[in-house]
Amino acid sequence: MGDSAAVSEREEKILAIIETARGKRAKFRDERITMAHGAGGKATQTLIEGLFVPAFGGAALSEMADAGRLSLDGVELALTTDAYVVKPLRFPGGSIGELAVNGTVNDLAVAGARALALSLSLVLEEGLAADELRAEVDAIAAAASAAQVEILAGDTKVVERGHADGMYVCTSGLGRRDPRASLAPANIRPGDHVLLSGAIGEHGMAIMLARGEFELDAAIESDTASLWPAVDALLDAAGPSLRCLRDATRGGVASVLNELARAASVAMLVDERAVPVQPAVAGAGEILGIDPMYVANEGKLVAFVAPEQAGEALAALRCVPGSEQAAEIGEVRSEPTGMVLVETSFGGRRVMDQLVGDPLPRIC
Amino acid sequence: MKFVDEFRDAALGRALAGEILSLVEPGRHYKVMEVCGGHTHSIYKYGVDDLLPANVELVHGPGCPVCVIPMGRVDDGIAVANVAGVIFTCFGDMMRVPGSDGSLLDAKAAGADVRMVYSPLDALRIAKQNPDREVVFFAIGFETTAPSTALTLKRARAEGVKNFSCICSHVTIVPPLRALLESPDLRLDGFIGPGHVATVVGARPFEFIPADYGRPLVVAGFEPLDILQSIAMILRQLAQGRCEVENQYKRVVPYEGNLRALEVLSEVFELRPHFEWRGLGFISHSGLKLSEAYADLDAELRFSVPGVRVADPKACQCGEVLKGVIKPWECKVFGTACTPERPIGTCMVSSEGACAAYYNFGRFAREREVV
Repeated sequence: MGDSAAVSEREEKILAIIETARGKRAKFRDERITMAHGAGGKATQTLIEGLFVPAFGGAALSEMADAGRLSLDGVELALTTDAYVVKPLRFPGGSIGELAVNGTVNDLAVAGARALALSLSLVLEEGLAADELRAEVDAIAAAASAAQVEILAGDTKVVERGHADGMYVCTSGLGRRDPRASLAPANIRPGDHVLLSGAIGEHGMAIMLARGEFELDAAIESDTASLWPAVDALLDAAGPSLRCLRDATRGGVASVLNELARAASVAMLVDERAVPVQPAVAGAGEILGIDPMYVANEGKLVAFVAPEQAGEALAALRCVPGSEQAAEIGEVRSEPTGMVLVETSFGGRRVMDQLVGDPLPRIC
Repeated sequence: MKFVDEFRDAALGRALAGEILSLVEPGRHYKVMEVCGGHTHSIYKYGVDDLLPANVELVHGPGCPVCVIPMGRVDDGIAVANVAGVIFTCFGDMMRVPGSDGSLLDAKAAGADVRMVYSPLDALRIAKQNPDREVVFFAIGFETTAPSTALTLKRARAEGVKNFSCICSHVTIVPPLRALLESPDLRLDGFIGPGHVATVVGARPFEFIPADYGRPLVVAGFEPLDILQSIAMILRQLAQGRCEVENQYKRVVPYEGNLRALEVLSEVFELRPHFEWRGLGFISHSGLKLSEAYADLDAELRFSVPGVRVADPKACQCGEVLKGVIKPWECKVFGTACTPERPIGTCMVSSEGACAAYYNFGRFAREREVV
């Protein structure tokens, strides 16, 4: 008896040490940048928390939202920027140009801001076919017009052959924060419901298959789209009961939930059966050994809504074109803090962890 | 998905969980080892262990082919990847395994041309597309993946592809199991047998486990219902005082194995006198190398490979964790020198290894009920 008490005391002590270590701000200690630093998981977080935030300081940046906030003579604004480096440039369901507009519009939208204006920088590779450039310019114009946002400034650079994979596109966006919105991770409370605006994993899977590395064909199209209509509908339906929004891009829904569970010091319980996944995406994920929960979306958001407004918010979301499959996928709990648990479709429970590096296919 | 969802039925799962509960002797603690990393993955993915009473403990075995590759061999791979003009190909999850100075992912970041492939045939295709480059495939895995490497080498030979070679780090499953079982302090009650390996070698090679060591083994499939049913079969053997090899995965595994695959294996490979396993040390006749007849496709001969053994840090106790002698947190380096970000032993390398799982989810994992 005495022995087992001593043993569990030691175990408690070791668990406490681990928890302290996990709670500490990540340090950036790597000697080189690897692909993992860009994958949106733990390595990316180390880079941001361990290098960028300490260097650039400001309170707005350390919130690590999709867009920074600023006030100018009483006008509430939001600012965001993003670089697009997708390969191939065109893929089923979209292209780099369309992505560059929607992605930046969406970063503003989930911060509760409607995009007012974009800047556009193009880094072009020597030898790029003019027709390819023309197609992307058309795609950018079309996406901007669909999202009702103007391109106000731009820049062009050309780099030598062998760089930039054809083209890189950078966009920055300025938006006006909607007076109905008061969104922040700190607003998330135990009991809040978690809504997802549609089926997951389509963008990332479409890109993986379009690269042709896997000799796998499936009718999967990128979901790239502006999320403002969905955000607008949610704000209308839930107002201040809408606590927080995130677009589930790189790292997928799993990464968004983990990030917010940590930021809000809450736990989340996800019902795997409730998460909409297209059969083709589920099948490709099965073959490649990649969980769609970790795969990128470019037109899906996760919303946290107070329980009393969750039903109305979901109904409103489902009326938005492109969000017909929206679903309530889980709820916020208080314990275990900072963790995301999944009730699997098989009936067991497990931890859905943060991604450590790039999602790599497994051999076994 | 048809033919998949049927094996993930939650209602049937609950029924099997009930059956397992009825087979458990109250107060007795059961330790069952799932040998194969694929099982570990399914158990984790579907939360299978969450459906078991807490006194039925699953111990993750040595069957993760990626995690068992020792640091010295990762270093060998990186050395070849760094040779000018080489395209180095390997499976995705191998790229993250640390050597003594970084992983293949780090080597890639530093400029080596390291590419992920999904099958050795993809590596051969890259070789044919790049006739002016040397293409090396880092072959890893148990008897499950060894036949596809063997067939690829045969095809390279038949098609006269000269710029293709392979670092063979294939391993066999029986020797490490025997090494575990030889240990006097072993605390395991039974084994969930590796279904994919058995697809190739059959169920017969595992007969020594009940015969010589008195532990039951059930060859199991990889869907959650397969695993629960296998656990029930093991517990039933224990309850009835039986001890034998049973085959739960009959829809795929013939008792005698795949004779043609075995033939190809013996043509292309031969046993190494011994092979080093991360965390387990040297085990006799546990690794494969290319046979004399295929020596010209052996990258270890074609390139100068350091072949330096990098010892696991002395304090690493993966062997004891695998045998179920100690819990992860009882290891001297657990959580301090050995963490998921900077792993030392095999149990910390894969996110599903016993130590990594305990590091990440320990507090949550202890909430199950004891019957």
